[in-house]
Amino acid sequence: MSAPAVRRARPGRAVLTAETRLFLREPGSLFWVLAFPTLLLVVLGLVPGMTGSTDDLGGRSFVELYVPVSCLLAAIMAGAMALPTVVATYREQRILRRTATTPARAGHVLGAQLVLHGTAVAVSVVLVLAYGRLVLGVPLPAQLAGWALAYLLALVAVLAVGGLVAGTAPSVRIAAALGTAVFFPLMFTAGVWFPVSGMGGALRDVVAATPLGAAALALEQAQAGVWPDAVHLLVVAAWAVGLTALAVRCFRWQ
Amino acid sequence: MALIEVRGLRKTYGRTVAVDSLDLDVDEGQVVGVLGPNGAGKTTTVECVAGLTRPDAGTVTLAGHVPWRDRVAVTRLLGVQLQSSGLPAKLTAREAVQLVAACHDDPDDPDELVDRLGLGPVAGTRYAKLSGGQQQRLAIATALVGRPRAVVLDELTTGLDPEARRQTWDLVRDVRDRGTTVVLVTHLMEEAQQLCDRITVVAGGRVVAEGTPDEVVAGRSAATTMTFVPTAALPPGALDGLPGVASVRRAGDRVEVTGSDDGVRAVLRALTAHGAEPAGLRVAASTLDEAYLELVRSAAEATA
Repeated sequence: MSAPAVRRARPGRAVLTAETRLFLREPGSLFWVLAFPTLLLVVLGLVPGMTGSTDDLGGRSFVELYVPVSCLLAAIMAGAMALPTVVATYREQRILRRTATTPARAGHVLGAQLVLHGTAVAVSVVLVLAYGRLVLGVPLPAQLAGWALAYLLALVAVLAVGGLVAGTAPSVRIAAALGTAVFFPLMFTAGVWFPVSGMGGALRDVVAATPLGAAALALEQAQAGVWPDAVHLLVVAAWAVGLTALAVRCFRWQ
Repeated sequence: MALIEVRGLRKTYGRTVAVDSLDLDVDEGQVVGVLGPNGAGKTTTVECVAGLTRPDAGTVTLAGHVPWRDRVAVTRLLGVQLQSSGLPAKLTAREAVQLVAACHDDPDDPDELVDRLGLGPVAGTRYAKLSGGQQQRLAIATALVGRPRAVVLDELTTGLDPEARRQTWDLVRDVRDRGTTVVLVTHLMEEAQQLCDRITVVAGGRVVAEGTPDEVVAGRSAATTMTFVPTAALPPGALDGLPGVASVRRAGDRVEVTGSDDGVRAVLRALTAHGAEPAGLRVAASTLDEAYLELVRSAAEATA
């Protein structure tokens, strides 16, 4: 008998392939993560007066403020809503447990989910920036590296919030409820209802201490071409590191 | 040495002792049944064999590997079908088998396996849309596709109609004929009698009987059931307490006695002594069902 052509098993890649298929079969998540942030800009752009330059905003337009907010919205939709539901479902339906009976690890499944949600967020951000630039005339972030750094830290922080919810919720229902509970504060601090830089006094100080509030301020500075203040970046980074450590520590596989 | 060897297994959940000093041997090429009522510790036992649960005490080896430590080696050697199959609702049958196949170095051809298990027509159907029997067969397919040396099948026919159950049994025989060792967890005696080379009966977390199905039946005090109509009235209690008699029941004129072979002879002698003959006499080996119920009951009484 000739030596059989032994194929090398690639559990990580196999899991990523299957999870990608499943991810593309969730039109709800795809809509909220990929389409909704851009749609928000589309709607705001249709409101009269939103696209014109305003003296109160230093010559910028309202939609210009909402470009980074919409980008943060993509991260919130993926991290606080989509990811926890998927992971809690996988745990409740014992999919992580079954995976552990094969040469693939449950960690492969979680890793694939992080890659997929991260990729979807990246695509969504590109859509938002492209729509802002091409249709609304909002310039691309002038300090692109600072912008990307602040955004990446914010994304890690939000995914960690999602991981914390997914890893501790005893059921899918509770995961969804917890996700919604953190969803609104995240939206508020990101400036979805009112831009953070326009908030006054004490409120602004409090929001600037939250992960997405600090991220919103950093993104706005980078948008204008300034390297973000170190204090904003440090606040987001501290949240990102702390929440990730907590999520990893609290994660329950079953 | 047995392919799977369990010695002195103990696992507690809080104050509940799920399994206590349990031994199990599974020789290569056999179908070994683990039988017992719900809550007997069957699933805990096979979860320890699969390495999903780490016992509090005792040892488990699978071809020399410790299941909860040598994860990679054990997941290659052992296919597992769990009670809850744990497949994503929107994954199709073919994709589920392909996924597991791609995790192994030298798997079976997924399409061929899907066809062999009669899932060809629904290969493109999502898991959530499959019938119960199809979902079970798919779970078996994912357990087999890596060409493991042994498979654990946990309650594989629960919830299936008789026809689907028989098809699944044929499938298990086919798996064994291809040389794969099978550990079959069940609470159905018929299933065990049909499929198993050896069985281990577990009750209250302990082994209460072990052997071939015939041995387990023969080892009981009620291995034989005889029924007859005495031609003359017997005084009450004439048959109770005879050596080798386990139980005496009357249904109208008919008398049903269970007991050992010695018991049968003792009953016949007693009838002669009372001037009666056993009309319509039937003597039959008790089924595994009856032996099982007796085992489980006596185990429950012992712990009560």
